[in-house]
Amino acid sequence: MTIFIDRDTRVIVQGISGRIAQFHTQEMLDYGTNVVGGVVPGRGGETVHGVPVFNTVKEAVAATGADASIVFVPPPFAADSIMEAADGGIRYCVCVTDGIPAQDMIRVKRYMMRYPREKRMVLTGPNCAGTISPGKSLLGIMPGHIYLQGSVGIVGRSGTLGYEAAQQLKDLGIGVSTSVGIGGDPINGSSFRDILEAFEADPETEVVCMIGEIGGPQEAEAAEYIQNHMTKPVVAYIAGLTAPKGRTMGHAGAIISAFGESASEKVEILSAAGVTVAENPSVIGETVARVLRRRAA
Amino acid sequence: MDIHEYQAKEILKSFGVGIPDGALAYSPEQAAYRARELGGERWVVKAQVHAGGRGKAGGVRMCASDSEIQDAAADMFGMKLVTHQTGPAGKGVYRVYVEAATPFTREIYLGFVLDRTSQRVMIVASAEGGMEIEDISAQKPESIVRSTVEPAVGLRDFQAREIAFALGIPPTLTQQMVRTLQGCYRAFTELDATMVEINPLVITADNRILALDAKMTFDGNALFRHPHIAELRDKSQEDPRESRAADRGLSYIGLTGSIGCIVNGAGLAMATMDTIKLAGGEPANFLDIGGGATPERVAKAFRLVTSDKNVQAVLVNIFAGINRCDWVAEGVVQALKAEPVEVPVIVRLAGTNVEEGLKILAKSGLPIIRATTLMEAAQRAVMAWQNDKTQNTKVRAVQ
Repeated sequence: MTIFIDRDTRVIVQGISGRIAQFHTQEMLDYGTNVVGGVVPGRGGETVHGVPVFNTVKEAVAATGADASIVFVPPPFAADSIMEAADGGIRYCVCVTDGIPAQDMIRVKRYMMRYPREKRMVLTGPNCAGTISPGKSLLGIMPGHIYLQGSVGIVGRSGTLGYEAAQQLKDLGIGVSTSVGIGGDPINGSSFRDILEAFEADPETEVVCMIGEIGGPQEAEAAEYIQNHMTKPVVAYIAGLTAPKGRTMGHAGAIISAFGESASEKVEILSAAGVTVAENPSVIGETVARVLRRRAA
Repeated sequence: MDIHEYQAKEILKSFGVGIPDGALAYSPEQAAYRARELGGERWVVKAQVHAGGRGKAGGVRMCASDSEIQDAAADMFGMKLVTHQTGPAGKGVYRVYVEAATPFTREIYLGFVLDRTSQRVMIVASAEGGMEIEDISAQKPESIVRSTVEPAVGLRDFQAREIAFALGIPPTLTQQMVRTLQGCYRAFTELDATMVEINPLVITADNRILALDAKMTFDGNALFRHPHIAELRDKSQEDPRESRAADRGLSYIGLTGSIGCIVNGAGLAMATMDTIKLAGGEPANFLDIGGGATPERVAKAFRLVTSDKNVQAVLVNIFAGINRCDWVAEGVVQALKAEPVEVPVIVRLAGTNVEEGLKILAKSGLPIIRATTLMEAAQRAVMAWQNDKTQNTKVRAVQ
């Protein structure tokens, strides 16, 4: 059991006809992901890399039994596609799209509340690299080969910084249970806390590596959860110690606008909650290795 | 995206928010002329820059005659207004706004923000207007009233009334306050703002509620559906390097250090800046060149980073995922051969095909300093920069 996706997960690709979506559909198929369909309004009946295309999510779900989706739809239409997935019976959705208006995401979050908890779709992203359970399924745009199968859960906002961590772990022979990108936007589908809860409940995950950055309250919320509810050790790295206040650092959500949102404040809050904080990005792997050894001893 | 005070006021006025009479001017003479058009006996001349704290910096002056208006405007035009929000470089004043002075009895703080905890629009108000919200929350936190808006139904009148009563607005003005709050909320949501701030909102001596100042920030990701907002962009208020980068699709923020950074991915770019600092240097910029580090993008990035005269070394940090390091290395070599760079260049590659990538860099004959970890790259960049500074010689290839 890993979190969110497994070998049996049946995946549809929303916006499968786009250039980038086609490329990553092939990458996912090559990795062994069970891609069963695509959705492009008006293109039902066609195929992309041998995958059947449907006009709507509901049709795709009815025909293929899909339970997960990945959204590559351009920013003006992406929020609508996420809501279509939520309404169409999809249980887990990754949204890769970068540049969705914040007001659209507010509406998406509100729309998802229509469904009772047991029927509510889990969304990660937008503006994220996706989710991978190494050796089982890849639902995202990350390079699959930098992840070894193992027992470290990774959760982070940044794509490439997450790759950096996975590669360092691989170089030390340490594997990953699941890696989840929650994305760099201010309004996102799942928070650090949501993913930490899933890792806490996942028997395959022993240690969690959390990669945060400046901006927003979600690292502090995670610290509170870790201190009061988590039994598994957490290692963290927070990017943006040198970021100036009030400037957006690439990710729409990476902006210090309130107390507790700077990197040094987040490091302090996490350390106080018992999290082992890696002081620079080159030692994320080593720090996880140290915590794993301590746990084994 | 930020806009000017006078633009924010025009927008809010169209949504039913009261503002004093005012007019824009591009010269001191025009300022005096427009004041006469407005009528009255006292006017306020306000420098239009994208920053708060103008009053203390000399960007707001009360005037009682034509000549005072002309003098005030003449002082402001062409000046670089330095406030606590602009940084030491300041922001140029190219327009002033002349407004009829408004006697008032009370000042209120009113803000609309995207609240990331509730993931909704939040109204923040305080009866302690005129102070910065940071100072209010530090000194008078009990005066702050907050209310979040359920997006499906929007701001309800009862919520607006609750805020009005909590602020102690006289009952005769409750309806006006409700209209003001509703106008701001509609402007916020219909135009995809990320912030609306009125500080102060005043109750005038003749019992009207008026916005004496106004600030609006818009969601850059939503400008595609608001062309009339997009056209309010004022490049004179931006760092020229940042405008140039934005026009080329690169995410760049200029800083004051001496080590330039070229990185793929925003998180990795921040981490690279942090590592430079830990190694004893100061980053000159934030730059995310995006996923596919093609030769063209790398070349563009080099031109942009080295156009900053403070840059004395350049650190390239690329994680090749779907890409391959050998392709990225080819890109770096092509870029440097096409446009030689005068300062030491440190390259750190990670991910797919690292060895091949490093070999290509070594074989190129270019004075590229290679590194395997980010920490090592940062240390070498700091060392190269220090050597460069003390001996005034270019560091040549090592390893």
